[in-house]
Amino acid sequence: MAFIDYYKVLELNKTASDKDIKNAYRKLARKYHPDLNPNDATANKKFQELNEANEVLSDPEKRKKYDKYGENWQHGEAQEQQNRQQQYSRQSTTGGADSFGGADAFSGGDFSDFFQSMFGGAGGGGGRRTGYRGQDLNAELQLSLQDVMQTHKQTLTINGKNIRITIPAGIANGQTIKIAGHGGAGINGGPAGDLYIKFNIPADARFKRDGSNLYNTIKLDLYTAVLGGEITAETLSGKVKVKVKPETQNGTKVKLKGKGLPVYKKDTEFGDLYLTYDIQVPVNLSEKQKQLFEELSKS
Amino acid sequence: MKSSNLLMVSEICIYHNIEPDFVNSLLNAGLVKPAEPENTLIPVTELQKLEKLINLHRLDINLAGIEAITHLLERVEILHEDLQTLRNRLSRYEGA
Repeated sequence: MAFIDYYKVLELNKTASDKDIKNAYRKLARKYHPDLNPNDATANKKFQELNEANEVLSDPEKRKKYDKYGENWQHGEAQEQQNRQQQYSRQSTTGGADSFGGADAFSGGDFSDFFQSMFGGAGGGGGRRTGYRGQDLNAELQLSLQDVMQTHKQTLTINGKNIRITIPAGIANGQTIKIAGHGGAGINGGPAGDLYIKFNIPADARFKRDGSNLYNTIKLDLYTAVLGGEITAETLSGKVKVKVKPETQNGTKVKLKGKGLPVYKKDTEFGDLYLTYDIQVPVNLSEKQKQLFEELSKS
Repeated sequence: MKSSNLLMVSEICIYHNIEPDFVNSLLNAGLVKPAEPENTLIPVTELQKLEKLINLHRLDINLAGIEAITHLLERVEILHEDLQTLRNRLSRYEGA
């Protein structure tokens, strides 16, 4: 467990006054507050560190203890064990946080191990402080293109809690949905943050995607391209038969209407599947076949 | 709108220990939409937005600053969505 230099976190020296601490905290909080840095995990972590540093340095008792033992906190811990158990024992939930969904006042992840070891849980000393909304949590969920075809429910485990979510059909790669109130517990009685789930849909081996439309290139033999016929094409909802017009050119695109992905939040609407023909010129021709091609070329 | 979907501004102010004048100034600036012209109630759907603005206020950012930040964050969100859409579109051409 590493020592944390709270003065360094707040960019202060040890002689900083209470006013300096308050100002430094506010200045840095304006820079790293999660509300000002959406989707920025680094800023969120920094803000958490700032809160921890402020929690210690703005509380005269905690600051005194921190200054006294500082880097030798483990030694000091032994001496003050008894005292700490009485004064700083981890408290169970209190009013504010509990009324906003029953989360613990602080989970282990909100304060560092160093802080918890030295001061126990949060909120042990001092009066009521500013109640900040809990941290928004970000999670990532991987889906296949096939998963996007239908609205489905999935249970996720976030910080030990099971959350059942509905994933709407047609969701896009990188799209984020918000689960209100399932983020980090509020700070000093503030409301809980939200959980943001970002969907990661890796590129599919067969289909390229653009919105709700899908694209695929399929090989077409020369004879079917010239004379026309019928081929079988794969779609996400199964195989379909496609008529090929005679004299189809290489690179021709055909649209299979409604064979794309569902349109997001419009379950009855579907995008289209576009097939691009890649005409295969025959190889390893027999003598007879070569003769026939020569005849064709002269005709 | 159902009354269960409305929150009293005065109660929010007490809960967050925030002066009602500040919330009124947010409502007057149109940053939070009230449920009725008297500015005594807000829809529950506006609560999260209001709490974010209260957080900014606590960081000593004044109303003008909050207004500017709100607009910039809206633009950041739109740009972020555009970027993601373009990335997704680009993936159609990658490895083709």
